Amino acid sequence: MAGVKVRESTGYIVFKVFNTLIMLVVCAATLYPFLYLVAQSFSSEQAIIMGKVSLFPVDFNITTYKSVLEKGEFLRSYKNTIVYVIIGTFSAIVFSCCMAYPLSKSELKGSKFLMKFIIFTMYFGGGLIPTYVLMRRLNLVNTIRGFVIPSLLSTYYIILMRSFFQNIPKDLEEAAEIDGLSPIGIFIKVVFPLSMPIIATMILFNAVGYWNNWFHSFLYLDKKEMWPVAYYLRTIISGATTSADPGEISAEKMQIAANIRSCSMVLMALPIICIYPFVQKYYVQGMMLGGVKE
Amino acid sequence: MSNKKIENSTKSLKFKRYMRKNWQYYFLLAIPVIYYIVIRYIPMAGNIIAFRRYRAGHSIFGDEWSGFKYFKQFIGDTSFWRAFRNTLMLNVFYLVVRFPITLIFALLLNEIKNLHWKKFVQTVSYLPHFISIVIITGMIRELLSTTGPINALIKHFGMEPITFIAQAKYFPAIYVISGVWQNLGWGTILYLAAISNINPSLYEAAEVDGASHFQRVWHVTIPCIMPTIATLLILDIGGLVGSGAAFEKVFLLYNPMTYETADIISTYVYRLGLYSGNYSYATAVGLFEGLLNLILLTIANKVSKRVTGSSLW
Repeated sequence: MAGVKVRESTGYIVFKVFNTLIMLVVCAATLYPFLYLVAQSFSSEQAIIMGKVSLFPVDFNITTYKSVLEKGEFLRSYKNTIVYVIIGTFSAIVFSCCMAYPLSKSELKGSKFLMKFIIFTMYFGGGLIPTYVLMRRLNLVNTIRGFVIPSLLSTYYIILMRSFFQNIPKDLEEAAEIDGLSPIGIFIKVVFPLSMPIIATMILFNAVGYWNNWFHSFLYLDKKEMWPVAYYLRTIISGATTSADPGEISAEKMQIAANIRSCSMVLMALPIICIYPFVQKYYVQGMMLGGVKE
Repeated sequence: MSNKKIENSTKSLKFKRYMRKNWQYYFLLAIPVIYYIVIRYIPMAGNIIAFRRYRAGHSIFGDEWSGFKYFKQFIGDTSFWRAFRNTLMLNVFYLVVRFPITLIFALLLNEIKNLHWKKFVQTVSYLPHFISIVIITGMIRELLSTTGPINALIKHFGMEPITFIAQAKYFPAIYVISGVWQNLGWGTILYLAAISNINPSLYEAAEVDGASHFQRVWHVTIPCIMPTIATLLILDIGGLVGSGAAFEKVFLLYNPMTYETADIISTYVYRLGLYSGNYSYATAVGLFEGLLNLILLTIANKVSKRVTGSSLW
């Protein structure tokens, strides 16, 4: 309602005050669980068990961080995650481009069929068991492939990229074609450099997806040495449950102290929280690009 | 040469010329298409083991036909119906709570005039959407633990601490509230986009007619974003039997003590198949849900197209 001059009535002023209060409550409620984790991670185990920690650390110390970072398992899984994210994101971008660029040429024979072919997978899929059986059979397990391949190509992302490529002015590509460039040459020299906004969005979507993913490593990576940090975290968190969890395959059932759990969670969330405010606008743009198609 | 032959040769000449110009596109498509066939479509065909007996290590399409044995089995399986009921209940409960709250939050966000403050609220409220579900569920456990802040509050009022995570009656509320918490901000994006597309002259006209601020929201903003509201609602309703999206969160939060209200179809399929080794039975249950979901989504998409003119894809 920008540009409309409002003569503010008393009711409207009261509303504005309430609106600000509501927003403050929403922000506080959103941030509180994060702050609570941070507080726990800097507190002593004793203070947490006594229920003394609520917003600020009690018995402030950094020994938890030291012990977690000195523990080989955590660092190893953290490094694994970084390697997986880099390789996974790079492969995802390359192959998504390979798919999205030809599909953006509606005059290309077969492209309409291929769109239907990939869109169908959004409505119906193989389901957990057949996919699991296939991945095991193809021996795509216990290597980085088991982590990267299941979520390598996303139909939704391909459609977002395709819409972007379709909006690039056609005359640029036609000029390049007259200059004798082949389709791949046109893509690399003309289309790709103009597509940085969508490529940035896609790097973020895929990188965050891989960073946060635990389930595919849970299904396909049996060796502990290969686990990403998300899966490692999952085992220490569920190790603290009181009941037997049938999903648990490892024998690790010991109680892990709350300060160690919190510290590991903080360390895993940290890169996302640090980068997030700067990249958020790309996400929002990407989301709107593909939101609801008229 | 007969006419037909000439026709054929010009056809093949045309084809050759077309391919010379366009073969690189097909070259690019090759690997992704193979990916889709192998990773997405072969498992779809692998659903056949719902009708065949599967043995670990044998063919992924099963060994011999077993007919509708596994389907008959789950029709009489009370755990299946419990999972079916829970899937519907959790989805309906979540939708009923989330949908109006998200819409109201979007309208309230839109009322913020200070752009820095608005940006700040948006940034904060979108944040939980980017956090791994492992951390989200870990957080939920910490907050609800007997030594956590919520129980501290309960103890403060002189009551006994509650073991939230271990009691079935609390699961739906935990699921819904944490879901709203995580997705409140993110869910407003499409509404805010729709609101920003409203023609400002509509508001000006309403003001000339003497409409108050709230009347303008009621008579301009809401009717203008009605198509977005309707589309999202219809598609959400179409997804009510889907349990795939909820799988990870439920899986990470539930335990045998809360199965009664927490076990959904996808988690039941997981336990049947990968934990108990009943691959064919689990596939039958998964296939049943997948097909039901496909039908409902297709209907929802059609309805959405007819009612609002827009649909997903």
